[in-house]
Amino acid sequence: MRAVRNLIGALALGAVASLGAVLPSPARAAGEAIAIPDANFGFAGFFGTFDRGAAQRGLQVYKEVCSACHGMYHLSYRNLLEIGLSEDQVRALAGTFTVMDGPNDTGEMFERPARLSDRFRRPFANELAARAANNGAYPPDLSVMAKARPNGANYLHALLTGYVDPPAGFTVADGMYYNAYYPGHQIAMPPILNPDQVTYADGTAATVDQMARDVATFLAWAAEPETEQRRAMGVKMILFLIVLGGLTYAVKRKVWADVKH
Amino acid sequence: MLTTGAFAAVGVGAVVWPFISSMNPARDVLALASTEVDLTPIAVGQAVTVVWRGKPVFVRHRTAEEIQAARATPLSQLKDPATDQSRVQRDQWLVVVGVCTHLGCVPLGQKPTDARGEYQGWFCPCHGSHYDTSGRIRLGPAPLNLAVPEYSFTSDTQIRIG
Amino acid sequence: MAIGLHDSTIKNPVLRWVDQRLPVFTMMQKEYGTFPTPRNFNYFWNFGALAMVTLMIMIATGIFLAMNYTPHTSYAFDSVERIMRDVNYGWLIRYVHMNGASMFFIVVFIHIWRGLYYGSYKAPRELLWILGVVIFLLMMATAFMGYVLPWGQMSFWGATVITNLFSAFPLVGEHIVTWLWGGFSVDNPTLNRFFSLHYLMPFVIAGVVFLHVAALHITGSNNPLGIDPKGPQDTLPFHPYYTAKDSVGLIVYFIVFAFLVFFMPNYLGHPDNYIPANPLVTPAHIVPEWYFLPFYAILRAVPDKLGGVLLMFGSIAVLFILPWLDTSPVRSMRFRPVAKWALFLWLIAFFVLMWAGGKPAEEPYVTISRIATAYYFAYFLVILPLLGRLERPLSLPESIAMPVLRGGGPVMAGAAAKPMEKA
Repeated sequence: MRAVRNLIGALALGAVASLGAVLPSPARAAGEAIAIPDANFGFAGFFGTFDRGAAQRGLQVYKEVCSACHGMYHLSYRNLLEIGLSEDQVRALAGTFTVMDGPNDTGEMFERPARLSDRFRRPFANELAARAANNGAYPPDLSVMAKARPNGANYLHALLTGYVDPPAGFTVADGMYYNAYYPGHQIAMPPILNPDQVTYADGTAATVDQMARDVATFLAWAAEPETEQRRAMGVKMILFLIVLGGLTYAVKRKVWADVKH
Repeated sequence: MLTTGAFAAVGVGAVVWPFISSMNPARDVLALASTEVDLTPIAVGQAVTVVWRGKPVFVRHRTAEEIQAARATPLSQLKDPATDQSRVQRDQWLVVVGVCTHLGCVPLGQKPTDARGEYQGWFCPCHGSHYDTSGRIRLGPAPLNLAVPEYSFTSDTQIRIG
Repeated sequence: MAIGLHDSTIKNPVLRWVDQRLPVFTMMQKEYGTFPTPRNFNYFWNFGALAMVTLMIMIATGIFLAMNYTPHTSYAFDSVERIMRDVNYGWLIRYVHMNGASMFFIVVFIHIWRGLYYGSYKAPRELLWILGVVIFLLMMATAFMGYVLPWGQMSFWGATVITNLFSAFPLVGEHIVTWLWGGFSVDNPTLNRFFSLHYLMPFVIAGVVFLHVAALHITGSNNPLGIDPKGPQDTLPFHPYYTAKDSVGLIVYFIVFAFLVFFMPNYLGHPDNYIPANPLVTPAHIVPEWYFLPFYAILRAVPDKLGGVLLMFGSIAVLFILPWLDTSPVRSMRFRPVAKWALFLWLIAFFVLMWAGGKPAEEPYVTISRIATAYYFAYFLVILPLLGRLERPLSLPESIAMPVLRGGGPVMAGAAAKPMEKA
């Protein structure tokens, strides 16, 4: 009887746990399925952390290549301290950009070098300016891009390395490029990464795959900078709850000890 | 007694109405000006999307084949029968509200690379409604044709919507 | 009731002073202390308490989120990202709130399933059940409006699709939709009012929950056998027995909840909602949150727009009249050999609808949705009324204590019931 009862209890609570696995994930259900290869990022999995070196190299790729068209509006220069850059390094990096400030005492707007507290500079004034400069396509903001695509970081890595020749019979429209991993395979972004596009300070060879991995790492961090703190807190929280659960269960057993069932 | 009750009911109604009415479009929303569209840059076979009252409006410069296809369709094949002639003011210019009449998505078909559906008009990706070159519903769950907004030609190369 | 000070039994002089003037402590003692509760609850009976706790978590996190959220189309998305990045523990509060909605629905779905399986909706608990369905409806409205607030692509397009449902009603439909929007499309006025209502509704829910619990304490709880307690030997005081048991379930629930929040916070969400809303670009595939998928599948199963809308609302409305559709006097499915399997099949249909709701509206999903929808309604409208007449239930145990104590006496009924418990 008791076993049966515990079984039912376990089933009920197990149902909560397993429902998530059974549910159709909308992300998986959407559109035609293109298999995204797993890039085996170190930050994947439940206990992964961001490789600071890769994130810094990714920042360099973003700054020297991507930022010509793509903004990262939700990031400020101060955030870069979190990927292991020193304050002087970040200050120097911010100083290379100018931002509009003001009005000053005479009511004029003026330009000044960016500070730690400033947001990343936007490459275009607005969406229409961006479209006008890019043949009608809009280079999206990359702040949360790794969260805004299914299988974010792996997808970004696959996309950046996915420029191949179109299969026979596939016509690519004017101004578009064939990409194996882009939904619909026609993308307005040209294959922007070429070998040795950037020169890494730490001597890492700048292959297309390496740059794609680095920038995907940087974007994954940028989308969820709280990841490491979140996982560390989660481990403590769950361990605490398991102990508390054990104690509570002992109390429950004691309370119910005198009840026949 | 009855009179008092009726009076009180009128009072309650008078108090409640301002709250209900406050949720209807406000004056600044209603005052949204009509939109003017310059037709000169739209080449034959091309289309533009303009925003009118927060909704996209499709303006398509139809090719002769597209007009022909729209006119050749017998009314008996239409879910929401309407002749092509009744939906345009000048044959080559089709102006429709770009909101799917099913559940309000924006159909694809404005860009040359878009899927245009089986009838070469527009295709709604949400629930798979197909519209023809007159913006009429041909296939899928949408009940009605794409709406034709109020518009007028202010000159040969300009229309005003609204 | 006699006028004058309440005759309090509370010992502590301060509490006693209060209790004499406002007998809240006597009430707590009666409703949560000595309250006679059937002794044979299984862990399914945890889920009411879990739902209550989740409501409190949602209200608490929501209030703190509102301190940093800006309900304006130009700032809503940015203010949410600011909460995630710059507000201290903002990510934690938001992820708890976001996943709390999913956990709330999981808990309430299981709570409703418990009611369906053990016949908790039957006399004398009809009103208790109806209040529960009202809570469920209010929850759906609240969750829908809450999902609009981050102002991502799915927020905007979900709001557009769902509010447009009202346009299906003849004559007044368009006016209703314009009135809901406060304009000619989902826009800033819509976002503003949704925020206002999203903040209000949880307190309305809390009010109905109070009535739900009050009604429960009039009729008393149902139990896995579905028979009424016959005396003190069948019940236990709520405290400490069920406070202890609910606490165990609560901790297990928190572990699942914490796992979702800390390790896969975006798993149940949709990536498109991290793209800022754009009224001119429709996402390729609009799907509602997972807990709406079964109802969304019912909506799409019908080729006619008005018919689909009516059927979708009908799928909830049918729950209101369920107490009168099920004509069998036996509550618990343990003693209903045929109805039990009909109900399990209904559960499968529900999951099939949830799965089909996330698929594009094309074959074979449409046909599958139609079959599942047909069974969803047939269970309530045809099978239950007929089975009440045709089915021969197993014999019920004489009392709750009987199969437990397993005394000499008439064990036949208890023995008959035993194999069923494995279900």
